[in-house]
Parts: sequence; C-alpha cells; structure tokens
Amino acid sequence: MSDASHSLDERPTRPPPPVIAPPGLVRRVAQWFRQPGVLNALPVLVLFVTGFGAPLIIVMEFSFLPSRTFGYHGTWTLENFERIFSETFYISYLWSFGMAALTVAILLVVCYPAAYGMAKLFGKWSIIVTFLFLMPMFVSENVRLFGWFLFHLPRSGVLAGIIREVFGAEDIGTLLYTPTSIIFGLVYVYLPFVLFPMTLGIAMIPKDLVESARDLGASRFQIFREIEIPIAMPGILVGGLLSFVLAVGAISESKVLGGMSVITIANEIQHEFTYAQNWPMGSALATIMIGVVAVIVTFVMGRLDLDALLGRK
Amino acid sequence: MKTPCWMKWLVGSWTAFLVLFLYVPIICVIMASFSKSRFFKFPYSDFTTKWYDKTFASPAVEGFLSNSLQIGGVVAGFAIVLGFLGALAFVRYDWKGQKIYQKMILLPIFFPQAVLGLALLLWFTYVGIIPNWWTAVLAHLVWIVPIVILVISIQMYGFDASMEEAAYDLGAKRWQVYWEVTLPVLAPGVISGGLWGFLLSWGNFPLSAFTTGADSTLPEWIFGKMVGSYTPMIPAIGSLIIAAVAVLTFGGFFALILMRRRHAR
Repeated sequence: MSDASHSLDERPTRPPPPVIAPPGLVRRVAQWFRQPGVLNALPVLVLFVTGFGAPLIIVMEFSFLPSRTFGYHGTWTLENFERIFSETFYISYLWSFGMAALTVAILLVVCYPAAYGMAKLFGKWSIIVTFLFLMPMFVSENVRLFGWFLFHLPRSGVLAGIIREVFGAEDIGTLLYTPTSIIFGLVYVYLPFVLFPMTLGIAMIPKDLVESARDLGASRFQIFREIEIPIAMPGILVGGLLSFVLAVGAISESKVLGGMSVITIANEIQHEFTYAQNWPMGSALATIMIGVVAVIVTFVMGRLDLDALLGRK
Repeated sequence: MKTPCWMKWLVGSWTAFLVLFLYVPIICVIMASFSKSRFFKFPYSDFTTKWYDKTFASPAVEGFLSNSLQIGGVVAGFAIVLGFLGALAFVRYDWKGQKIYQKMILLPIFFPQAVLGLALLLWFTYVGIIPNWWTAVLAHLVWIVPIVILVISIQMYGFDASMEEAAYDLGAKRWQVYWEVTLPVLAPGVISGGLWGFLLSWGNFPLSAFTTGADSTLPEWIFGKMVGSYTPMIPAIGSLIIAAVAVLTFGGFFALILMRRRHAR
C-alpha cells in the first residue's frame, strides 16, 4: 500500500528518462503500478493473495507444528513428516497419483476423436455438441455420481435390471466398491476437463499444413503423429494436467462409488482435519501433495503459450 | 483435406456415445425420483410424485436451497466484475508482469479443490473468522474467478480494438466508448461469465464442504445423505438441481445465440 501513496506523491514530477538517471526501486514499483493492466488486475491479485496465497502459507506453517496443535504456537518440528514417511501413508499417495494418471491416460484416448470432430468435422453442429457436453458439468458431481451408484447397484440397479430383462441373467455382480469403480467415476467426472482444452488445441491445426503434408505423400498416421499432435499439444497438456490435478484431489468418487475400498490421499487429509482433529498432520500430508502437484504444474506451464491457445489474433 | 465419409460417421457416433455416457447417471437420478417404493429397484412400475411433495414441504431443504441460491448469486455478481477487469488485464493491455499474471491466476484452477477448501478453513480459523456463507463465497471466488476470466478472455481475443479507435475518431468520450462500444460487444462474454459463475458455485461440493460452516448448501446435503442411508428424497432433490441447471444453461444458450444474431445484423 505504501507504493500506491508514493505513486500519488510523485505524480507532479514525472521520472526523467532512465538513461540519464536510473529510477530507484520505489519509483520503479510506482511506475509499474501506474500501468492500466496492473490497475485492472489489482482486484484479482488481492483475491489471489488473500484466498490462495495466504491459506497455502498457513498450511505449510502448520505442517511443521507438533501433533494436535490448534492455536498457532509451538516449536517447529519435523515429526509429522517423519511419521508420514515411516508409516503407510505412501500407499494412499500411490493410489491417488496412480489412479489419476490412469484416468488421464484413458481420457486422452477417449476424448481425442470427439475433440477432433468438434474442432474440425462437425461445423455448425459443434456448438450444439459443446452445449450437450457442457450441461452435465454444471450438475453437482455428487448428484451425477449418485446416478452411477443407482446404475451400478447390485441386483436392484439399472444395469442389473436391464441385463435381467434382456438376457435373463440373475446376478451379474457389481462394479461398486472396487478401485475400478473409482477410476470409472474419475473418468466420468473429468471428461469435459480434457475434452474442451483438447478441442481448443486441435482447432489450432492449420488446414493447409495438413493438406500440403498430404500432397507430399504423408500417410494419415504420419499427419497425426508429426503435425496434429505437436500443434495441438498445448491443449492436450492443459486438459491432461487439469484432470490429473483434480483427480488427485478428488474426494467424492472413492466414497460414493468406491465405498472406501481404497483410501485416497484426499480422504486421508480430510480425515486428519475432521475426525482425527490433527491439523498439523493433515497440513503435512497436504503440503507433500501440493509440492508434487506444484512441481508438475510448473514444469508443464513453463512450456505453454496461453495467448495462442485462447485465440490471440 | 477431404475426410472420408466412414471416418466422419465413426467420429460422429463415438461423440454421440460420449454424450450419452454423460447423461446416463442424470437419467438414472430422474428415473429414481419417480419410483414409489422406499428402496430403488429397476425396473419399477409404480410412479409417484410424493417425494417431490415431501421435498417441497421440508423446511430444512428450503434452508439449503436458499443458501445455495444466495451463495451462487453473490458469487456470480462478484465474478462478473472481477472477471471482466481481470480479463482486461489478461488480454487487452500489454504490461510488465502480464505473462506471470496469466499463469498465476490459473493456479487455483490447477489445484486440488478439497485441499484448497481445507486450507481456507485453516486460514479462516487462524484469522478468527467463523465460517459462514460469506467465507463460502470467498472460497468459490478463488476458484471461479479464474475460470470466468478465461471465459471472458476468449470472447475478448476476438474483439476488434479498431472499433474503439473509430469511435474515438468520431468524437466519442471515453465513457461513451466504454458504454456504447466495448460493453455491448463484450456483453455475451460477460453474461456467459456470470452464468458460469452461478452454475459452478451452484454445483460445487469440495469447496463448500469445508467453508460454509452452518450454512450448508444442497450438494452438501446430498453428500451427507448419500454416505448415510438411502432416502428417495435424494433423487428428488437431485432432479430439482438438474432441472435448475437445464433451465439456466438452455436459457443462457439461446440468449447468447439471439445476441449473436442481432449483433451480426
């Protein structure tokens, strides 16, 4: 805030060109704040600092406090992290990251043809297809997962009922309460998160480039591997990354469909914060998860040009 | 390039299959809400609307509903203003730090939501705020504003800045240009941004679960009942949630198409 007041003080005397007298730090900050872009970004930045930056810092600080500390005092310690690495928490991490990776792999294959169609083939229909894909996304994921629960219910569910009526098979077993059902739920919930960025990416492939490759004798597969995939990569990366991160932190799927057959790391964190009332432990678990996610996100985001993906002319 | 006919068919039917896949659970929920028996069994032959009557008569549900509406409405309002300003900074101006800003505001989207909810709960408790619906609004905004910025930005990238310059050349004042050129052209983006804000807040569970305090929302109620015991009120309320989304998305969709038509004239 002191920077803003400086900028007011200095308004009458505009800074001289930097070649003659290099501006000081304060003046440079004041100059930065005077850019119209910064002024527009300011409310968002305030929201970002108070609603995202600060909570994360608090979580990280709490992870170094002794077990079952509630107030913010106590000497810093590494005991939470020691416990995490000496006990079996790694199993939850492996399940969460493994299931998320598998979900992304499935989604990339499943979504590509549809994304290609929406970007290149469907023409004026694609806006209607987009709408159809978009609408379920706004229905609370709990409601939709509950629908799958009804679908997969053993014996009395929709699937079992259809099979019984059509084929006469009495008991077909059920997908519910298994890790497979969790992955099923993750694939279902995060499908649009891969599909839409992928469509944006594929839309960036220039038509004439593909045509000239074809004229030069490239096969369909060569075009796919050497032109389409590299050019659409930003969209594919954003979609894959988004669904991976969200799937790692998903809490509903394992409870509603998986029947807690697998304890994911998000469930573990939630458990520490709520039932176990051990905030420092929950914070330590969350900190490790955030750390891994942050490394992956920074790595991928570093090689992205958002302007191009979103359609800067 | 000519795409062979069989491939178009293949891609088309695969896409249709995916659309169907997305709607299967929604159809199941709606179906279950009309089943008369206390426990769902498919197929069933006794239809009833008594679960809806029960739902409408329940004061508890009314409370959850008004919380959801209230949070969603306030979130949409803030999201429009913050999203519009944020998108201007994202797209229109070139400024030092823009590239970092563009990536930074995406971070809350690329973040596990339940963990964000818990982190916010910890932060509120640390500062001494007892969670209520306002803290839920803040939590939703952290996640929703970046998405709304993207929605408005995509519209803004297509905006022809020379229209503004033309207006200036014709003698318009700054606010006139803003009010009569910039806003009308970007209105579809702003409106859809607001719709996104409301709808994402309306359906959100992982953030609400930890930040609403006593002011629980409908998705929270459903989750609580689901991990508890089955009651036919779950599909009934689920169907109402679906109906609200359907009305808003259809309405928004046709409004946007109409606006585009009128604009094209």
